[in-house]
This record gives sequence, C-alpha cells and structure tokens, in this order.
Amino acid sequence: MDALTPRRLRLINQICWTLALCVAAIPFLFPFIWMVSSGLKSANEIFGSPSIVPRAWQWQNFVEVFSYQPFARQYFNSLYIALTVTAATLLVSSLAGYALARLRFAGSALIGLFLVSALMVPEEVTILPNFFMMRRVGFIDSHWPLILLPVFGPQGIMATFLMRQYFMAVPRELEEAGKMDGLSRFGVWWRIAVPLSRPALAAVAIITFLNSWNLFLEPLIFVSSLEKFTLPLALSNFTDPYGAPLWHLQLAATTLAVVPILIVYVIAQRQIVESFALSGVKG
Amino acid sequence: MGQPATMAARAQRNDAPWLTLKMREAMEAWLFLSPTLAGFLIFFVAPLVAVLGYSLTEWNLLSQQATFVGLANYDDALMRNADFWHVARNSAVFALGLVPLNMALALLLALALSGRFRGVVVFRTIFFAPVVTSAAAWAIVWKFQLQGEAGFINQVLAGIGITGPNWLREPNWAMAAVIVTRVIKMVGLNMILYIAALQAIPRDYDAAARLEGASGLQIFRMITWPLLGPTTLVIMVITTIGSFKVFDHIYLMTGGGPENGTLVLAFYIYQQGFEFFNVGYASALAMIMFVIVMALTVVQLALRRKDT
Repeated sequence: MDALTPRRLRLINQICWTLALCVAAIPFLFPFIWMVSSGLKSANEIFGSPSIVPRAWQWQNFVEVFSYQPFARQYFNSLYIALTVTAATLLVSSLAGYALARLRFAGSALIGLFLVSALMVPEEVTILPNFFMMRRVGFIDSHWPLILLPVFGPQGIMATFLMRQYFMAVPRELEEAGKMDGLSRFGVWWRIAVPLSRPALAAVAIITFLNSWNLFLEPLIFVSSLEKFTLPLALSNFTDPYGAPLWHLQLAATTLAVVPILIVYVIAQRQIVESFALSGVKG
Repeated sequence: MGQPATMAARAQRNDAPWLTLKMREAMEAWLFLSPTLAGFLIFFVAPLVAVLGYSLTEWNLLSQQATFVGLANYDDALMRNADFWHVARNSAVFALGLVPLNMALALLLALALSGRFRGVVVFRTIFFAPVVTSAAAWAIVWKFQLQGEAGFINQVLAGIGITGPNWLREPNWAMAAVIVTRVIKMVGLNMILYIAALQAIPRDYDAAARLEGASGLQIFRMITWPLLGPTTLVIMVITTIGSFKVFDHIYLMTGGGPENGTLVLAFYIYQQGFEFFNVGYASALAMIMFVIVMALTVVQLALRRKDT
C-alpha cells in the first residue's frame, strides 16, 4: 500500500489528462497531415490505401497545380489583396479610432454607437445592393469589391474599435508633450499615438490579413474570370470536365495555400492567438 | 525635418484665429473619421436602406425590373413558401447543434489548458490551428475525408467493423457532419476566450475553497462557473450569430444538399439572389436575417446590463 502518494497521484492525473488531450487533438491535427499526404499521392492511390505515407511520392502534383489553372496568379491575387486590405484597414481604422478615443466633439458617442451597430450584421444582408452598386460602377470581375468591402465593412469597424480601445490607454502626457513641441494633431497621431500602439496595430494586421486571405463569399459573387480568382475560390476549382473533384490536385493546392500560413502561425503563435482573443472579447 | 521651433509652430497653427480650439478639435475629429464614415454610409447604410427597398418589390429574371408589391415577399416567405420554414428549421438545427457543442468543448479544453504544464502551449496551438485555416481549405479536406466508401473516416470505421454512412449524401448525416466539422474548426476561438477568463480568476478563491474541503467539481459549480458567467454569455451570442453567417463551409462541403438538407438561411439568400436572381425575395430574406441578428444582439445587451 505504498503506491498512491499525493505526488504519484498527481503524476497519474497528469498522464491521464495528457492522453485525453492527445486523443482530442486528433481531429484537429490529422486533417492537415492527411491533406499533405494525399496531396502527394497519385489520382489512383488517393482512394486506394489509408496509408499516411504515399507509395509513390507524386511531387508532380505540385507542378501540375500550376498548369491546370493560373494558380500562381491566383496565389498572387490573394496575397496582394490581403496586403492591400491590411494596409488600408490599418490607416483608416487607426485614424477613426484615434478620433473616437481622443478628440472631443458633439455626437462622438452617437457615432460610436452607430458604428458598433454594424458590427454584428452579416455581410449576406447587404451583399445584394453592394453587388448592384459595384456593377453600376463597373467593378464586377475586378478586385475592387474584395478590397473595399472588407476595409469599410464590419471587419474595418471592429479594427476601429480595437484601435480606439488601445489609444485610450496611451498616456495623454506624451501627446501633450508632442503638442508643446509644435506637432499638429495629425503629427501627434502619426509620430506619437501610432508608434505607441504597435501591439494593437499588429493585432489588427493579423486578423485583417487572415480575414481577407480566407474571404469566400465576395470573390464568389464578384469575380468570374480564372485569372482574377483568389485562393479560396481556386482550391475547389480543380475538377474534371464533368465537375468531379480531382482530389490529388485539390489537396496539393490546398496544401500550398495552407502550409505557409500554418508555418507563420506556429512561429508567431502567441501573438496571433492574442490578437484573436482581443478582437473576440470586443465583439 | 526635425522639430520646428515652438513659437514658430504655434504662430503657424494659429492661422485661422476665428476658429475656437473646440471647433478646431471637432473639425479634426470629423476629418479623421471621414474615410470610415464615408465607407460606412456607402457600403453599409445605403445598402441596408436599399435592401429594405428591394424587399418591397417584385424583381426577378422575368420582370427584369423592380415593381412595388408591398409586403408580398415577406408574405411569400413566412406564409406561403414551405422552403423558407425548411431553411429556418435547418438554420435552427445548425445553431442548436453547433452552439452547445462548441461551448461545451471550448470550456472543457479551456479547463484542461488554462494551467501551466509541459506541452500546454503545443496543445493550445493545435486546437487553435483550424481557426487560422481558411474555411475553404478546411471544408475541402473534410469533404475528402468524408467521401462515401473510400473516404478515410469510413475506412477507419470499416477497420473496426462499422459500415459508415455516405456522410455528405444523406440529409441528417450531412447536417451532423457540417456541424461537427464546423465546431472543430472554430472551437479554438472560444477556448482561448475561456482560457483568458479562467486565468483572470484569482488563485486565492481556489485555494480557500480547497481549505474548506470543497471537491474539484464543487469548486467548478460554486465558484468557477458563476465567475465565467459574463464570458459564457458573450461567447454564446457571438457563436450563435456566427452560426447564422456560416456560408462558405456549407457551400463547399455539401452545396446545401442533399435534398436541401443543409440549406441554411445565409445560403438560401445567396441562392435566391445570385443563382435564381429573385432579388425581391432574397432581399426580404436578408431583412429577416437582419432582424434575427439584431434581436439576438439586443438580447445580449439586455442580459449584460442585468448582469452588471
């Protein structure tokens, strides 16, 4: 009866928890592994064996992906759109967030309430009129809607409130000192408030970038030509002439789209998770 | 450029002496806000008014233009068209399946991962990884794994002697599959919100309760769970509203099928508006969605106020 000292009990307890967590992690982790492994299999093998290691490594899948449709171009589209949206959101939301946090003017509270009311409204509600508007100005089958709608939509407003929250915590004294030194309002914002708000800017950048990178409904509705597709649209577009998915290509392409993001995520895990926590609590 | 001399800058800035400081500040504020407000009016307020207008018209491929029909589209959706209630039921099933499952799992994971032990960061990273993955990629990979006989899931099931269903081809299984895969994708988000809330609970509470001889379960019921109340409320509303927005996931996994078994409201709006071009009807659906989401938001605000 020497077995169950408190220390041993704790150890056993911990081992049980760890085992349970390992089992729970399978459906979260395995799809990624299966994606990579199946992307390396041939069209024949892909349904043949449930083995994780491909029998013959089909590296040419990753070449074929680029010849089947303009995948490089589509990849570039996603990248430049996400970067543009991120830059524009940072600029617009930090300007507005600063005004809401620092400047006193009649109607400030009302404007805040007004904007916040939009946060929860799904984009499906306004997508039809936005479609007709974009059509009128000739933006159909262009990237303009994919840039404008996220920057000024709920995502942009959430960014504004994130920035506002952070600006409110910047010590006023620093800004006063800046004013004493002769900085204009714009100068105070650009030289003092913005540099001090790097953590908030980083959070906004991370969430905005991912949001744009993963955007689906807008590309589906506004873009029709292959060279203008973004990644989420392109991935399911690897099909045979009858529309049945060519899985080996779909999964190879998906691997190419997902793995870089995952690598960045693993490196900057803490920062990324915190950004989401910040925005989630606000919403 | 450097900093200009103080006096010079002051003088320069006062080039409009008829403006009081207060007026100047207000002007600056509106200037700073102008891009956001302009975008808000153009891409949100105007479309919202427009969609209300559209919803009162008959406007489809046949009519080609909008004619005012009053509330006919709402009448059509709510009273006459059985499709709407089928879709509403699907949306309700989706939400009622997704929200409790997501929250329970999120809380469990958070309880397991809020402490500090070796490997805790690895686990958190894994459970959160699907959140940063695009819904398109996630849906494609799961659709692949849930293929009829040849899919990985069914091969595993066959290995232990179970014949799995053709997941995405049978309405009820398809709905279950969509819910579960969505939960796996998004639970990490709620998990970190719960972890943050758990870590904000002072350790003394726990220690004091243990001194009093409370068991782990008692501590959870009497201390932890009540303290998590506000977080639970926020998570519940965010997740519920989020569940109404789910489109890409379902579009790519089941296309709303089979037999419209996974056709939810967001999808139905897209289908009516952009596939069938029933603009008037789709707009009425959009307004209905707007009202539902607003009602949920108001409920949340009311509950939160009562809470504090």
